[in-house]
Amino acid sequence: MPSSILESATDAPVAAREARRVRRLPLKVVAGGIVVAALIIVGVLSPWLAPHDPQHQALEAMLKPPEWLGGSHVLGTDNLGRDILSRIIYGARVSLLVAFAVVLISGAVGILLGAVSGYFGGKVDFAIQKLVEVVWAFPALLLAITILAFFGQGLFNLILALVSQRWIQYCRVVRGQTLSLRDRDFVAATRALGAGSPRVIRRHILPNLLQISLVIGTFSMASAIISEASLSFLGLGVPPGIPSWGTMLADSRSYISTAWWLALFPGLAIFLTVLGINLLGDGVRDLLDPRLKRAMKQ
Amino acid sequence: MPVLLLITLLVFVLLHAAPGDPASMLLGQENTAADLEQARRRWGLDQPILVQYFKFAAAAATGDLGKSFRFSRPVKEVIAERLPATIELAFFSILIALALAIPLGVWAGARPNSWIDNLGTSFGLFGISMPNFWLGIMLILVCAGSFHILPSGGRSTYGVAGAAQTGFYFLDSLLDRNWPALKDALLHVLLPALALGANMIGILMRVTRSSVLDADTEEYVVTARAKGLGDRAVLWRHVFANALIPIVTVAGLELGTLLSGSIIVETVFAWPGIGSLLITGVTSRDYPLVTGVVIMYTVVFVVINLIIDALYAVIDPRIRY
Repeated sequence: MPSSILESATDAPVAAREARRVRRLPLKVVAGGIVVAALIIVGVLSPWLAPHDPQHQALEAMLKPPEWLGGSHVLGTDNLGRDILSRIIYGARVSLLVAFAVVLISGAVGILLGAVSGYFGGKVDFAIQKLVEVVWAFPALLLAITILAFFGQGLFNLILALVSQRWIQYCRVVRGQTLSLRDRDFVAATRALGAGSPRVIRRHILPNLLQISLVIGTFSMASAIISEASLSFLGLGVPPGIPSWGTMLADSRSYISTAWWLALFPGLAIFLTVLGINLLGDGVRDLLDPRLKRAMKQ
Repeated sequence: MPVLLLITLLVFVLLHAAPGDPASMLLGQENTAADLEQARRRWGLDQPILVQYFKFAAAAATGDLGKSFRFSRPVKEVIAERLPATIELAFFSILIALALAIPLGVWAGARPNSWIDNLGTSFGLFGISMPNFWLGIMLILVCAGSFHILPSGGRSTYGVAGAAQTGFYFLDSLLDRNWPALKDALLHVLLPALALGANMIGILMRVTRSSVLDADTEEYVVTARAKGLGDRAVLWRHVFANALIPIVTVAGLELGTLLSGSIIVETVFAWPGIGSLLITGVTSRDYPLVTGVVIMYTVVFVVINLIIDALYAVIDPRIRY
């Protein structure tokens, strides 16, 4: 009995504190988190959420307006009579897959190269930084377009093209952080205890880089979604058979004066998703960077 | 210069790493084994790869970027013809972005948490989250489709523009004092420039706001206030002047984004610049053209970065090279 009182007495404030902490999460994080969660849910559950088959063509129902304007489909149909809502729901899959794959791969490559570059210095650092400099000299979308132009369209090439430049952001930031971490006492102590370089990097350097990488990853996800849509819009992204927001926008261009809903809804999906992810990134950065938070409060 | 050499190397490696024989890629779809062999010899593809690269780089350095398949003319000529359109578009985008983002950012930074700050911050966030090609389509839909107040694409109305002298329609019409052509050129550039500049507006606004916010607490600002200077003088002569370095840095970095944005915005607005030329090259598998445009873009980008570095010394006399 006394122990349970003790437990409840100690637990209650903790729970209350936790609840307050959750309540105090900035609006940006909550709103952005909801959008990202929605994207994941819609992407994963699209076969169950979509009201129609996204590929089903119904030529008798071509270019029908949204439901509230007298059409039979919620967001209308496209030039081949396909349901726009279902295509947007399935399109979330492509955005989700590409965004996560790009963020994870470029994060892994960038963090590793950045940590190695900063930790070892010397020739290794020089070589990696030269590579960074050259790839950085390409305007953002250009390298991706070049890769897709030479290697051809396809999901794998698309991810490769988007990763080709995104690892750099991680690499630069992580290198800088590693340079400062390298000379800290806890790293020197670990080395003195006999730990080799791979172990120091893996156990002591990398865990300290997680927070900053999380922030970069969030913004990188937003830019990956826009880039995927841009490349698909140009006809260089996902193959034509897969519904994607960018391809839907490309298809809409010929019907812009007669069927505005073709262009409005997929674009709105991209915009809201990217807005949500950027909000989340902003919020997470504010949470992790007290100096910035203070500046915001002034 | 070493960076430029390495860039040509990267483009060269990409061209050669691509699946398929470069000769058959460069030659196009229809060719026989004899044609291929001849082409290999003609383009030096039968030589060692390093020799090939140095020949390629040496030719590129003299401006010889090969001959376009699609246009059957030297790539250099085709690019030179289209370049003014892209520069004109980029110029107006930057102009619009600076004109909107800086006042809004300074205003928002000077009054944190006021309604103008909230409005500006939301505007900034919207700007960076907006896919520029979708904004372009929506602008066409509203301004050209529904209200018919602005043209939906192209650089000029047929027959309005005078004889080209510089290739910059805006400049040409000014030189000719051809006012209808000037108005026509401005009306045509407005929508694409706005679509292209939207991201830059968002980013510049955010940077301006935060650097003004940072500079506002510096000691020289306190001193300026203590001297009895008015709010406006402190804001523009002291806070803003010191906030300029990060603004110029980011504006310079964003020029790269602007350049790649031009590729897609030019496609949306049928703007005859090198961005839409690149896409034409990609879709018609015109590899010399693609290589030429890619090298052109990167050279411009590297040069812009050099200019930005030089600008620092002008803005902040403490910086010396």
